[in-house]
Amino acid sequence: MKRLAFVDKNRCVSCGACMKVCPMGAISVWRGCYSVVDEQKCVGCGKCANICPAGCIEVKAREVIA
Amino acid sequence: MKTKHWYDYLWLWCIAYFVLGFFNILFAWLGMIDFMVPLLFAIIGGNKAFCNRYCGRSQLLTKIGIDCKCSRNVPTPRFMSSKWFRYGFLAFFMTMFGSMLLQTYKVFSGAKTLSESVKLLWTFKVPWDWAYQAGSTADWVAQFAFGFYSVMLTSAIIGMIMMFLFKPRSWCAFCPMGSMTQIICKLKQHEPIL
Repeated sequence: MKRLAFVDKNRCVSCGACMKVCPMGAISVWRGCYSVVDEQKCVGCGKCANICPAGCIEVKAREVIA
Repeated sequence: MKTKHWYDYLWLWCIAYFVLGFFNILFAWLGMIDFMVPLLFAIIGGNKAFCNRYCGRSQLLTKIGIDCKCSRNVPTPRFMSSKWFRYGFLAFFMTMFGSMLLQTYKVFSGAKTLSESVKLLWTFKVPWDWAYQAGSTADWVAQFAFGFYSVMLTSAIIGMIMMFLFKPRSWCAFCPMGSMTQIICKLKQHEPIL
């Protein structure tokens, strides 16, 4: 099953820890406010969720587009 | 393997800061860089480039936590990254910072004498007299250095404890500089801060 990282924008502290560990360069901090995931690049490995100090990233199944 | 940049070595600066301040407290003034640069990035650039790239402390915590496997790497308690805790800690930290500035002013005005000590965790007074030769500069300059070094060392100690207990960068969840710069960025983008 294909997976994707989801960020809880309201809890994100925009520290950038996720951005540093992402092997695909798929996550970045948007204007110092919160992290955003590039759905095209994310492979759902979960490294970002593992390092996040605020616990605001969850890796979930991608919605299947028929 | 990602390419390393010069700023990936700023954890060395973090160590150098504390070593320099151990031998000569006046080096504590250099900590103003870590205080002003994040604010300038946020106010002028509207970003958190400091947290994201240049923060030596977060790099050091990651190094010790991940590379040296010193972190338990378990989730940070949820309340620690909640808004009330983050903003509450920011308020507490700024109050303590203000009190430090007041002490500096008291020494400047002659109401108090210079205290050659470092206050850890806002409570424990540790003698630090070897790091300062009395009279080598104005007393208030030295008082501010002792006070600022206390702030830096206290937050480093809390950061280390958080790193051991939870995630390597758990301190970042409620780092006052991080909260402050994020608030500035959110206000600039008209994003809700509560």
